Amino acid sequence: MSQTTAQKAEKASETPPPPRASGKKPSQTLTRAVVTVGFILIAALVIFMVTRPPSPDALPVSLGFSFNSFFVWIGGLGPLVQIPVVLVIFGVVVAALLILIEFAPRAGTGYFWLRLVACFLIPFLAFMLLRPYQNAAVYIIAIALISGFLLFWADLRAREGAGYLFQMLLFLSPAIIMVLVGLVYPAILTIIQSFFDKTGKEFVGWENYVWAFTNPQGFWSVINTLIWAIFVPIFATVVGLAYAAFIERARGQRVLKILVFMPFAFAGVSMSIIWKFVYDYRQGEQIGLLNAIIVAFGGEPIRWLDTWPLVNTFCLLFVFVWAQTGFAMVVLAAAMKGVPIEQLEAAQLDGTTAWQRFWNVTVPGIRSSLIVVLTTVTIASLKVYDIVAVMTGGRSNSTVLGFEMVNQQQRYQSYGHSAALAVLIFVFVTPLLVYNIIQLRKQREVR
Amino acid sequence: MTAVEDDRKTTPRFDRAEARRVARNTRRHESEAQKRLSSPLATVLAFAIGILWTIPTLGLLITSFRPGAQSATSGWWTVFTNPDFTLGNYQEALTSGGTALTLGESFLNSLAITIPTTVFALAIAALAAYAFAWMDFKGRGILFVAIFALQIVPIQMALVPLLTFFSRGLEINGVGIFPGLALRDVDHSFATVWIAHTIFAMPLAIFLLHNFIAEIPSEVIEAARVDGAGHGQMFFRIILPLATPAIASFAIFEFIWVWNDLLVATIFAPTSSLPMTQTLNSLTGSWGDKWYLLSAGAFLVLVVPLIVFFALQRFFVRGLMAGATKG
Repeated sequence: MSQTTAQKAEKASETPPPPRASGKKPSQTLTRAVVTVGFILIAALVIFMVTRPPSPDALPVSLGFSFNSFFVWIGGLGPLVQIPVVLVIFGVVVAALLILIEFAPRAGTGYFWLRLVACFLIPFLAFMLLRPYQNAAVYIIAIALISGFLLFWADLRAREGAGYLFQMLLFLSPAIIMVLVGLVYPAILTIIQSFFDKTGKEFVGWENYVWAFTNPQGFWSVINTLIWAIFVPIFATVVGLAYAAFIERARGQRVLKILVFMPFAFAGVSMSIIWKFVYDYRQGEQIGLLNAIIVAFGGEPIRWLDTWPLVNTFCLLFVFVWAQTGFAMVVLAAAMKGVPIEQLEAAQLDGTTAWQRFWNVTVPGIRSSLIVVLTTVTIASLKVYDIVAVMTGGRSNSTVLGFEMVNQQQRYQSYGHSAALAVLIFVFVTPLLVYNIIQLRKQREVR
Repeated sequence: MTAVEDDRKTTPRFDRAEARRVARNTRRHESEAQKRLSSPLATVLAFAIGILWTIPTLGLLITSFRPGAQSATSGWWTVFTNPDFTLGNYQEALTSGGTALTLGESFLNSLAITIPTTVFALAIAALAAYAFAWMDFKGRGILFVAIFALQIVPIQMALVPLLTFFSRGLEINGVGIFPGLALRDVDHSFATVWIAHTIFAMPLAIFLLHNFIAEIPSEVIEAARVDGAGHGQMFFRIILPLATPAIASFAIFEFIWVWNDLLVATIFAPTSSLPMTQTLNSLTGSWGDKWYLLSAGAFLVLVVPLIVFFALQRFFVRGLMAGATKG
């Protein structure tokens, strides 16, 4: 045992530790040259393919199976049967990926062939699974072959050890492809679309944005969203902070925590129904709690969700506060546990009141958590959709950006307006997230 | 391996009894300090807020067990003087469908959407997180920040283009690159919802799992590498078991998030594959003022997340903390 360990240690010391990129100089320049030429070839092929006129009678080409046929097949099974089937297939794919990752870098002829086959087959399969049409197929196969060869070449050239291009690509490519297809490409397309009209054909400049600030639907969605983004985080954080401070000194902490935290796990639809019931208005005897209380004190019942201005917005907004307070409370309560108890005791010996201790010792001690909670809740409230969709459907000017965006798209098929509203959410969210990231960076440096 | 063994030799022997005593004393001091700091006023206020926060849920829960005729004419609080309960509301809510689906049928859909999505998102994110944490390559930092920064893209921005991508594919200048999935009319097809949810979970999942995986001591990784494990084995045999708590926390988070989602399902799911949230939302229209059905429906949607929440609360809170304090 000790001998083999020693041998292995010896072997390990022979191979230089990472970074191992610096190899012999001539081979590296060669690698670079080949990779560059390959990329230029791929780019040329792509440009060539895209600039070809489309052939009108191109038939779809496939290997007999594709993502499409697979999904159609699995759709035919019952919902419950689909779960194990798709999980097993996914598991097999991931296992194949891991086996490739594991065995690809090993030296030896067998592994060499495995590598060679994999490098050509994987890109080829990937493209064929996407079922390209006939006229594109030739180019796509050529691109697949070249990129497969490039991968193989660069991998062979890479030094033994950590920096394997092939492995790295296998680890990263599923996530990166998904993010590119599902987030980067749509985001760019939405920004472009926001400058085009309803049908997406005619360029209209800033007209959609002008609409968003002048048309009542657009205007109120912007204003209400800002109201949400200002008041929800303030209310939720203040109540959450107060509650966290109270339960720190209360008995039955656990139960109390759960009571307030529970709504955070509720579905937006259920939350909305719970609160719609509280706000319920009707002729005769009131069954909604709020109106019943008003009537009990001799007042007139109010149509909460239809009373504009501000009343209905705040009624909706409070539902979100109700849900987010639990989140704020849990995070802040945990942060409070991190405030050194010696500091609190020292402050107490100095004769401070409980409030002074809280304000001067505890709050500065949890400052960074407070900022995280505030920004997180603000971002969440900028994106809110389901509460408005279920409770009012945007009537009586209670709409918000996140809802109006879907409404414009689904009800009016007005893609330009919808895109402009989505871009507005993006514009509001960005500075907050950037600030959040900068804060995190600072925190990490301190640590 | 050698590194670990060396480590063990240099660390002083760990005295269990001593450690226990220290821990006991610490606890005692802390609880004493706690008592000194606690006040009855705080307890009262905490209870007040706690009850205020629970009343709306309680009200609807009680309504869901009251006969329809009663809950339509009298407030739920009258139940304390005039108790009368039934389970019939739940039965009716499960089976009385609107136009297309009943809540019972869409319960299965919800399961078929949520479980695979959670697994997909975690597996793909874990693979990427491992590469970001333990593989050296140029531009790693920039790529990682770029993925994290993608959280600024609100899903509202991605919905419509992604939907067109799924249904019509991608064509550049008339050349079909990707023909689209054309699954709108396929019965019980969840593919588009799975893919969409998985994509939207990516940035946060990669970030959180990376934070955890990067904190695994490098001695463990080095030892495995010296023993001849490749990246594939290392990921499967070392990283996955060690990262299980982090994966579990995020899994619960993702599960509840996907189960509760309404927006993604509204946009992407074909009519036969709608989850409970969307079915309940469309039923609110036809049920209108029938609170006995609405309340039962609302709680039927809540059951699964609540079970998960209570059973795995510790993990859930941990995942939340990782997300909130680190990102």
